[in-house]
Amino acid sequence: MAAVIPDHLHDHHHGPTGLMRWITTTNHKDIGTMYMIFSFIMFLSGGVMALTIRAELFQPGLQVVQPEFFNQLTSMHGLVMVFGAIMPAFVGFANWQIPLMIGASDMAFARMNNWSFWLLPPAALLLLGSFFVPGGAMAAGWTMYAPLSVQMGMGMDMAIFAVHIMGISSIMGAINIVVTVLNMRAPGMTMMKMPLFCWTWLITAYLLIAVMPVLAGAVTMVLTDRHFGTSFFNAAGGGDPVLYQHVFWFFGHPEVYIMILPAFGIISEIIPTFARKPLFGYASMVYATASIAILSFTVWAHHMFTTGMPAVGQLFFMYATMLIAVPTGVKVFNWVATMWRGSMTFETPMLWATGFIFVFTIGGFTGLICAIAPIDIQLQDTYYVVAHFHYVLVAGSLFALFAGAYYWLPKWTGHMADERLGKIHFWCSMVFFNITFFPMHFLGLAGMPRRIPDYALQFADFNALATIGAFGFGFSQLIFIVVVIKCVKGGEKAAARSWEGAQGLEWTVPSPAPHHTFEVPPVVK
Amino acid sequence: MSSVARTGLAILAAASASSVMAESSVNLQQPVTQIATEIYDMHTLMLVICLVIFIAVFGVMFWSMFAHRKSKGAVAAHFHENTTVEIVWTVIPVLILLGMAYPATKTVIAMKDTSNPDITIKATGYQWKWGYDYLKGEGEGVKLISNLSTPRDQLDGREAKGDNYLLEVDQPMVVPVGKKIRILTTANDVIHAWWVPALGVKQDAIPGFIRDTWFRADKEGVFRGNCAELCGKDHGFMPIEVHVVSEEKYAAWVAERKGMQAATAEDPNKVWDLAELKTRGEQVFAANCAACHQADGKGLPPAFPALDGSAVVQGPKMAQIETVLKGREGTAMAAFGKQLSDTELAAVITYTRNAWGNHTGEVIQPAEIAAAR
Ligand code: HEC
Ligand SMILES: [Cu+2]
Repeated sequence: MAAVIPDHLHDHHHGPTGLMRWITTTNHKDIGTMYMIFSFIMFLSGGVMALTIRAELFQPGLQVVQPEFFNQLTSMHGLVMVFGAIMPAFVGFANWQIPLMIGASDMAFARMNNWSFWLLPPAALLLLGSFFVPGGAMAAGWTMYAPLSVQMGMGMDMAIFAVHIMGISSIMGAINIVVTVLNMRAPGMTMMKMPLFCWTWLITAYLLIAVMPVLAGAVTMVLTDRHFGTSFFNAAGGGDPVLYQHVFWFFGHPEVYIMILPAFGIISEIIPTFARKPLFGYASMVYATASIAILSFTVWAHHMFTTGMPAVGQLFFMYATMLIAVPTGVKVFNWVATMWRGSMTFETPMLWATGFIFVFTIGGFTGLICAIAPIDIQLQDTYYVVAHFHYVLVAGSLFALFAGAYYWLPKWTGHMADERLGKIHFWCSMVFFNITFFPMHFLGLAGMPRRIPDYALQFADFNALATIGAFGFGFSQLIFIVVVIKCVKGGEKAAARSWEGAQGLEWTVPSPAPHHTFEVPPVVK
Repeated sequence: MSSVARTGLAILAAASASSVMAESSVNLQQPVTQIATEIYDMHTLMLVICLVIFIAVFGVMFWSMFAHRKSKGAVAAHFHENTTVEIVWTVIPVLILLGMAYPATKTVIAMKDTSNPDITIKATGYQWKWGYDYLKGEGEGVKLISNLSTPRDQLDGREAKGDNYLLEVDQPMVVPVGKKIRILTTANDVIHAWWVPALGVKQDAIPGFIRDTWFRADKEGVFRGNCAELCGKDHGFMPIEVHVVSEEKYAAWVAERKGMQAATAEDPNKVWDLAELKTRGEQVFAANCAACHQADGKGLPPAFPALDGSAVVQGPKMAQIETVLKGREGTAMAAFGKQLSDTELAAVITYTRNAWGNHTGEVIQPAEIAAAR
């Protein structure tokens, strides 16, 4: 029998089966899948925390949770979403797509790839498990500012170790991506022919390698201040609490771009496909990405305008931050120019991508407003900032992830996703997202601080609205689960080139992509 | 989309109508200082510029989405580069940004100029209240501690919420109108931030360091704000209330405060009896300790230990005096030595040793605290 099975059907994996297959796998597609499932589970856990927060804030007064638990929720919501949901999801995309897009057979370090993933579940257990230890989870905000973080119970230590582990995982993943992209491109694929998604991930990987150790350093200093008698952040011992913020944000600002650059990459793949027209200004996109990455190292203290920097310090960080608007603007202009005089259709991925451009740009503008130091002094630590970063992280990163998921699901599963459900998912997310977060701009302007479990009466209406929106948004995400399950189980068969306008090597292999691809490198002309 | 645009327009409308609107809930609070006014106007200007760019860019995008559809027979063009266009849309934003940076720079420099104040006040952040020391200028020597005055029953919904729910304090900061007030900020435990939106002031209060900021209120009135930096459990419950009053009223207030301070300045050598100290101690406890250790002494373990039945409270008194006076390094238990007087410390320690299930029967006198300092 075996002899008559055509070659490409026979190519399922060999080796252990069942659970052991997933634990021992070194295949980039398996690992990519695991990353994405993991990140979605974390997304739902962080979402439950967010909804509990919103339930408490539905009305003035304390109804659902007490302040100390509320602080645990806001802190863990941030950590879980950033390190558990958004970052691993992008690594999952990188794993699946980079080898397929550059014509490589797998990632450069396949065994290390397995490790990068399997470090994450223990870290997640530490984070989520910390809710159940005495004193509860860490409650010093996702930024873990000292000296508040020095006061916390053992939940803080668990969070610190979780951050260490996730940092190691990210660095290993990043090294893998750098080496894969630099060394394993198919013959003929020069750097400047590389799909933009690979470019943005290459630059992101360098950012990760540069800043994850900085974060590890910051939290380690907190750890030694807590337990080993050091005084990095304690003035009485010669330290300085503000030092923590400098070190944290030296990581934290590039981190913001770590979460958005790959999103830019995904959008830059999708827009040309559905406009049936090549990406406008490919080279300028690459340069814009690189300049954003470089500038991201020079703006960290714009998170600290109220700490009392000297005027020159404030001015420097204000100007540098404003400058980032230029390359970001270039990107948006390029996308719009790509759509201009194209021949557009609006399948689900394209809907998400255009939705992304639209709402992400709102987040970009509020970012520019926050960059102006005097205005930021009014807005810092208010709901305006909460609105701003949810516009760039939810409507930015998350919407791009959904866009990418709908775009490549046919390649991953071999079936087209349910268009009708996908569109419902998009419209519900878009509408509820704005109902949730748009009013937060008003709350922040009018003076509502962030991270508070209860608020003055003039903020009641917008908070109630935001809570309604949040529940709508939360439940809309369940549609995505249905879409994915349906798509895995069956549906319209996907062609190798699943979308009419799709270009790129990943569309030259069958759908679903066989377990092994490009064992013989393709030649790119 | 249209809802977003409409709300955007609403902000604009609100911004332009601001001079007639007393309290806007969609825009920055009505400014009462020069700096706050500059910030307000700068924000309006930025908003208008952003909105114009937004409409231009997305006008093009939506037009294209509408017109260049495959279903309408659009055939894709093939251009994918144009150096001139790319230079233009890099240079124009740079020019716009320069235009924005100019007024912002002027305001930054003005905000930083804390020289020649009329009155200097130190604001100290405590978990979870503010302390004010009038250091220089008229009113020098006045000290007060400012606690949230909203009753707990309002938080828990057992009582209707008042107009200034969570924005009211027992002892507000009082300053005269039209005078340059320099605020020095610092903190006792973790980082807090002193923020009053209408005054255009937000400055972190950092333990072990002193930072400064200033304001000159042009109008009399009551202005309210919050602690803006996450500082633990009751971060949401340490508001700021500033009363800006006429010079005469200010002088009267200062005289009244000074009189009160003199009257309550206790003789540190007075010997108190248990009942007196317990009554006094209960008040001190409610204002300074109950946030963590709770009024019933049960605490919120494990974060905040119970004092009812605590070995330290029932054990040798020196250990407890030491704890309250010097605090416990690296925990939320702050050193109360600087905040409270000998009498207050003696009272609160005596109270805890004789309240709830604790019956040591011991009386701690102010002199013992003085000796332990
Ligand atoms: C910001 C919260 C906070 C406030 C306010 C506070 N404490 Fe504490 N207190 C703590 C914490 C936390 C501990 C435990 C310290 C440790 O882990 O060693 C503690 C410990 C103590 C202890 C030792 C208890 C034991 O069994 O070890 C005493 C006594 C005490 N506090 C008295 C007071 C008094 C009196 C006041 C008011 C003047 C006060 N505390 C205000 C947080 C607070
Ligand atoms: Cu505070």
